[in-house]
Amino acid sequence: MALLEVKNLHAVVETADGSEKPVLKGLNLTVNPGEVHAIMGPNGSGKSTLSKVIAGHPDYKVTSGDVRYEINFQMKNLLEMDPDVRAKEGVFLAFQYPIEVPGVSNEVFLRTSFNAICKHQGIEEMSEEAFAKFLKAKMEIVEMNPKFLERGVNVGFSGGEKKRNEILQMAVLSPRLSFLDETDSGLDIDALRIVANGVNRLRNSDNAVVLVTHYQRLLDYIVPDFVHVLADGKIVESGDKTLAKKLEEKGYDWLLG
Amino acid sequence: MSQKLPTSEEYKYGFVTEIETETVKKGLTEDTIRAISTKKNEPEWMLQYRLKAFELWKTMEEPTWADLRYPKIDYQDIVYYSAPKKAVEKQSLDEVDPELLKTFERLGIPLTEQKRISGVAVDAVFDSVSIGTTHKEELKRHGVVFCSISEAIHTHPELVKKYLGSVVPTSDNFFSALNAAVFTDGSFVYIPKGVRCPLDLSTYFRINASETGQFERTLIVADEGSFVNYLEGCTAPQRDENQLHAAVVELIALDNAEIKYSTVQNWYTGDKEGRGGIYNFVTKRGKCQGKNSKISWTQIESGSAITWKYPSCILLGDGSQGAFYSVALTHDFMQADTGTKMIHIGKNTKSTILSKGISTGNSRNSYRGQVKIMPSAENARNYSQCDSMLVGPNAAANTYPYLEVKNKTATLEHEATTSRISEDQLFYLQSRGLDKEAAISMLVNGFCKDVFKQLPLEFSVEAVKLIEMKLENSVG
Repeated sequence: MALLEVKNLHAVVETADGSEKPVLKGLNLTVNPGEVHAIMGPNGSGKSTLSKVIAGHPDYKVTSGDVRYEINFQMKNLLEMDPDVRAKEGVFLAFQYPIEVPGVSNEVFLRTSFNAICKHQGIEEMSEEAFAKFLKAKMEIVEMNPKFLERGVNVGFSGGEKKRNEILQMAVLSPRLSFLDETDSGLDIDALRIVANGVNRLRNSDNAVVLVTHYQRLLDYIVPDFVHVLADGKIVESGDKTLAKKLEEKGYDWLLG
Repeated sequence: MSQKLPTSEEYKYGFVTEIETETVKKGLTEDTIRAISTKKNEPEWMLQYRLKAFELWKTMEEPTWADLRYPKIDYQDIVYYSAPKKAVEKQSLDEVDPELLKTFERLGIPLTEQKRISGVAVDAVFDSVSIGTTHKEELKRHGVVFCSISEAIHTHPELVKKYLGSVVPTSDNFFSALNAAVFTDGSFVYIPKGVRCPLDLSTYFRINASETGQFERTLIVADEGSFVNYLEGCTAPQRDENQLHAAVVELIALDNAEIKYSTVQNWYTGDKEGRGGIYNFVTKRGKCQGKNSKISWTQIESGSAITWKYPSCILLGDGSQGAFYSVALTHDFMQADTGTKMIHIGKNTKSTILSKGISTGNSRNSYRGQVKIMPSAENARNYSQCDSMLVGPNAAANTYPYLEVKNKTATLEHEATTSRISEDQLFYLQSRGLDKEAAISMLVNGFCKDVFKQLPLEFSVEAVKLIEMKLENSVG
């Protein structure tokens, strides 16, 4: 059974002048447990939009189509769920631009989030002490300095630190379906390796990862099972990892006609 | 055993009589003041103090400079004294009317010997009277005086005479003059030289009777080298009418003394349509009289239909320090105009202002603050930060900072921000599994954190819960 099925998805975003601009125009995508998908494509093709629509960002309105997500062996309508419910059911979005939350320490944030999800899933919530221990182990996955736990969420973090923090959240929340929205952009080569290693360590046969990226280099570290090209709001080409190499060499023009 | 609940018959008839016996007739005349003074069995000097204030008040105008809109208050339509009969003149708190004890217990303030909170001494004020003070004996052993101001007028007249009105003179403003004329109760604290008060002191104000104003008067004197942590809480029942709370609080810190004064103000706010609620017109001022003395005001203002309140510090002693930490939350049709005045007179004086305003619904929330550096205040320093957060499209926030610098050696820093809880912030937290209410609450708590951490731990936990509850009811 698929983990995620997107069928003929159309979505619009409201522009500054109040009109609605179509951003997804008939997108199809199926993701099975255990798979890694890469979504590439030129700027403005709708890559980030897809991630946000899956996570439930209020700026985007789905006008037609279907997004189904497997919960307890049943394909459920994801679009009916509030963003927090999607998260509680195991959908995760690593933000392209992680948001700052002043005054809320990273540790408190992570614990609150973790326990909200536990509660929803009927799992016992963790005490402060137990969570601190659990968190320590997760920090090692992304080689993060413990001092980040004391600091406000993303406040004063460098671009690279913010991205690593997103992967730390992913490690803590163990989602079943993760969209990583340009997590590699703005990372130097060491940080890229750390982030990619982190993601690889979190992979297993039950969860799936969708990488939204501009660059082939991320895919050297996290090897995808499928590569899709998104252009003008829909997927125009799919293939295996060799497609990414081809795009690197030839650009997108040959696909856009 | 005579303090059992009245029988239903007593209740049925006796209740009305009791109220009549213990209430001064509605309206404000010289007779009202004489009646209050008589009820409290006051010495002549206190009566004269009141009458003088009343004469002055009659010549004064209600201030209109605040960013507040409300119908004219009819001062003849207020009951100035109302006391539950069974509350007065009890030897011990255990003898107080169980209904009153139950009321305070429901408010989270158990008063009886067995149940009272350890580590905090409480003075409980119900409408116009204090119904008792806990931990008196323990405090007495350390020479600390903590009692109602009515009691202090009898037991410590020399201290009351010396300090009452010394920081907030009767003539200060319309409401201070009114308060001086008609104040009924409040707390009195004296911490002797070199004593670090062994318990936190706390006064809990409860307005209960309808059509009644509460005129609280509190006076705290910290003698040389002493320290006290003082907490104040307040609530009132839900009514359709507006009720007036006009308080005056004076703090005096002598050489090297420190007073930390914290308030969690949770008066009734009025309903969703803006009907009812407390009008809270309060003058709070501390005088750092001695060298190196410190006074800090920490306030969580989450109640009242109208808040008009500027806890201030006069930094007279060289090296003295004043601080104002404030969270003001307004929702629905609440209006708050609050802030502080820091008046630097002594050399090397320092003040800190940290104000966080959160407005939701149709509410208005203004910060109004003044920093005044007098010519004598060499090397004065002030740091001010005033942040406003708006939740929803109809809320309003304003910041009115006033600076007056008459000494060139002063250093002042001022920062101000206004932010709106953004969709992106909310979405970020929601995408991590927090529902909308939890997300807003987390954002607001983060916003207020620097103020919350100034509160004593227990109070801080309460404040966080209170703000969360208010947000839950007002955002959605």
